[in-house]
Amino acid sequence: MLPTDIKDPGYFHKVVDCQWACPAHTPVPEYIRLISAGRYADAYMVNWKSNVFPGILGRTCDRPCEPACRRGRVEEQPVAICRLKRVAADYKGDVSDRMPSPAATKNGKRVALVGAGPASLTVARDLAPLGYELTLFDEGQKGGGMVRTQIPKFRLPEEVIDEEVGYVLGLGVETRFGARVNSLKSLLDDGYDAVFIGTGAPRGRDLDLPGRKEAAANIHLGIDWLSSVSFGHITSIGKRVIVLGGGNTAMDCCRSARRMGGTDVKVVVRSGFKEMKASPWEKEDAMHEDIPILNFLVPKEFTHENNRLTGVVFETVHAVYDDKGRRQLVNNGEPDVHMPCDDVLVAVGQENAFPWIERDIGIAFDRWGMPVVDETTHRSTNEKVFFGGDAAFGPKNIIWAVAHGHQAAISIDRLCQGGAIDDRPPPGVQLISQKMGIHEWIYDNEVSNDHRFAVPHAEKTAALANIKTEVELGFDLGQALAEAQRCLNCDVQTVFSAPACIECDACVDICPEDCITFTADGEEADLRGRLNAPARNLSQDLYIADGLKTGRVMVKDEDVCLHCGMCAERCPTGAWDMQRFLFDMAQAGTACSKS
Amino acid sequence: MSFLPKPKLHHPGLLPNALGYTRRDYEGAISTLCAGCGHDSISAAIVHACFQMDLPPHRIAKLSGIGCSSKTPTYFLGSSHGFNSVHGRMPSVLTGANLANRDLIYLGVSGDGDSASIGLGQFAHSMRRGVNMVYIVENNGVYGLTKGQFSATADKGAKSKRGVANNDEAIDLVSMAIQLGASFVGRSFSGDKAQLVPLIQAALAHPGAAFIDCISPCVTFNNHQGSTKSFDYVREHNEAVNMLDVITGRDEITVDYAPGAVEIVEQHDGSLLRLRKLAGDYDVSSRAEALGFLQHHHAKGEIVTGLLYRDPEPEEMHSYLKTTATPLNELTEATLCPGSAALERLNASLR
Repeated sequence: MLPTDIKDPGYFHKVVDCQWACPAHTPVPEYIRLISAGRYADAYMVNWKSNVFPGILGRTCDRPCEPACRRGRVEEQPVAICRLKRVAADYKGDVSDRMPSPAATKNGKRVALVGAGPASLTVARDLAPLGYELTLFDEGQKGGGMVRTQIPKFRLPEEVIDEEVGYVLGLGVETRFGARVNSLKSLLDDGYDAVFIGTGAPRGRDLDLPGRKEAAANIHLGIDWLSSVSFGHITSIGKRVIVLGGGNTAMDCCRSARRMGGTDVKVVVRSGFKEMKASPWEKEDAMHEDIPILNFLVPKEFTHENNRLTGVVFETVHAVYDDKGRRQLVNNGEPDVHMPCDDVLVAVGQENAFPWIERDIGIAFDRWGMPVVDETTHRSTNEKVFFGGDAAFGPKNIIWAVAHGHQAAISIDRLCQGGAIDDRPPPGVQLISQKMGIHEWIYDNEVSNDHRFAVPHAEKTAALANIKTEVELGFDLGQALAEAQRCLNCDVQTVFSAPACIECDACVDICPEDCITFTADGEEADLRGRLNAPARNLSQDLYIADGLKTGRVMVKDEDVCLHCGMCAERCPTGAWDMQRFLFDMAQAGTACSKS
Repeated sequence: MSFLPKPKLHHPGLLPNALGYTRRDYEGAISTLCAGCGHDSISAAIVHACFQMDLPPHRIAKLSGIGCSSKTPTYFLGSSHGFNSVHGRMPSVLTGANLANRDLIYLGVSGDGDSASIGLGQFAHSMRRGVNMVYIVENNGVYGLTKGQFSATADKGAKSKRGVANNDEAIDLVSMAIQLGASFVGRSFSGDKAQLVPLIQAALAHPGAAFIDCISPCVTFNNHQGSTKSFDYVREHNEAVNMLDVITGRDEITVDYAPGAVEIVEQHDGSLLRLRKLAGDYDVSSRAEALGFLQHHHAKGEIVTGLLYRDPEPEEMHSYLKTTATPLNELTEATLCPGSAALERLNASLR
């Protein structure tokens, strides 16, 4: 096998599973160490630089980092990364003096941002300190987009949104709230140097079934209903509520319905429980509030009497997979089920809609009505128009919108400054030895044996009584510090130097996870099978080094390494060293953070 | 030394043995020896061997004397019986323990100072008596605890870390053990677990005095140019006479070597030893041949390793002494102390 090129920033980046999995590549272990050190404001700023909304994401992120977390492979549960982010936000104190100041002089370039959601706000955060004149359009009265309108307040309090949206708007962004953009053409005619479209996926998909029209008064589109609840336009719902759909919006709908007077609320889903799109923890939270989730039921008809909804008829099905793994839902042959109810919330997906974009201004759309957008640069087929967030590639989640915003900001900056936008700036990379004493390291290398701590919740009756009562209370400091200790510091890399190695086997003997093997070279598949512990997780790399005196190779399986530093502590010649790898995603300009 | 214990988390694919223990259950406290010490590799080899043989940790007694090597029983088999004895006196403490309870598995761990200098007499007589044990000498040729003076096993002409040559002839413990009546004698190298682990397993299964001389480089005082016990020197001059596999009942016996190159011998506990011969027609059952071979290759500056001698019909101390098959702690007081009438009869029979 070819020796590993550790100079390639991608190699060690991939070892930091959480950061690699995060769309915005937030340096997770770095901020968790800062929390351990009691430096909450510093931890917040590391987050803020990378993901702009630590307080919001610390409550609502889809957390792609957690399923990726190495801790989940060496024991039962990953580190509660998302809730530690909230800890940084909860305990940071006043960080206003750490925020960048509005640009002293403007650079003369004007950028329009359509939609005030997380994608547009990220573009604004990255570009405002560089001197861009930014105009932010949104039909709502405040910034935040779906974060404000669709996420229930019992998950995300209004003050958190106000604070973090405020940090961005405080950088000098002209806002046009209450102003719906009805024509992209006229916006372009206004002479903007670039236009960023972050309008989200605003239309809930409807279910056109028999009885839909007749019973319309009691059938609501989930996301519209959520925003009406959010703005206080709706304050009650029937006692018996059926929520159709298995995504996170369905979970927000059913839990909101429980707080609006619904006593018999259930979620009915076409697919099986496991295949549901909702995050496992959101399903758990719903079930904890006495909401059953019923699976393999396909809605067929809304029943009604005198134009009043009486229930929903479902066909019972099971899943059949063809040889290509495609799923088909097949009727069980059992009689249909009729579930009586007073209201139905339809949360079966979202559709994009761009009626305000003229089709003759050089923006190509695909056959699903989505704009053709470059996945790296986020540029559409019109060189001045960029898309990000759910508007670009369909519904994803907040952290993806932030990642899109950063990339689009780089593109817009390059476009306005006359660079080639395909030429992307490289990440900032540092690799620094953590050696402090003979067997002492700058990082805390002791591995905690604690299991994952659960975030305390508000008492159920109190939580259900008021839709604005936040359910999750967040970790207290004791729990936070103990949970932070569970982090394995995967960014502190095991760096091997073959010329220094005397092949004494000390590292092999001490490694608690049997990661290290000295053996004859071979092809990867062969090597993986004959290591001290076979390396069966193909998504994790083997670290290979040659140049040893015996002609063997050193093979380290990165999969379950605890980054405990024992190999380096037991190495007599310093052939192993623990080095902190800091991977900083490039952002537009350099002035977006003082820290 | 490390200040932290080895993390408890282990590889998710770590399998238990027939007793339900994982290999990690056979470990001890974290080593306080110098980083890279060969002794730690021997400890790891002992852990591997006991785990693979499904030995119940509480049926093993590990005994040692004084020195770096004699510290190591703390670092393996944390759930076994242990006795850290006086300098050079491990063999007699072990002999006594064995006399009292022959059901335990005895593992004596010593070093070149403990066995070839202060304890040379004890070493010799425990071999002569055929005490049923595994006696491992972790041989690094220097006194590591007192800053690296030559020990009695240092080769003549070998250079110290400061460049001073050793004038004294080396004691070859392997040759002595063969001469003195050990019924299983091997030599290995801490840097070669593929050879060492099966050798320890075979020795543990051997009913009689089993001796292993394991060259174990001292990274601090004896791993330099001019040393004959450094990693590099031993690797360059290692002349293995055979490779050993221990086949327990669970493993399938497959012979995929050229005919004549493999010898399969059955041990007393039913396990099989598969010897892959590397050096011509070396016969492991001949004392005379072993001694000649050792002399011959020593003169060429080679270090002979592998299973060097194995008595096909080993006997041990208890059979010579005709002692009771039951451990003393399982005998009743009446049996152990039959009373004054029995003493009278015994005395009368001797008059």
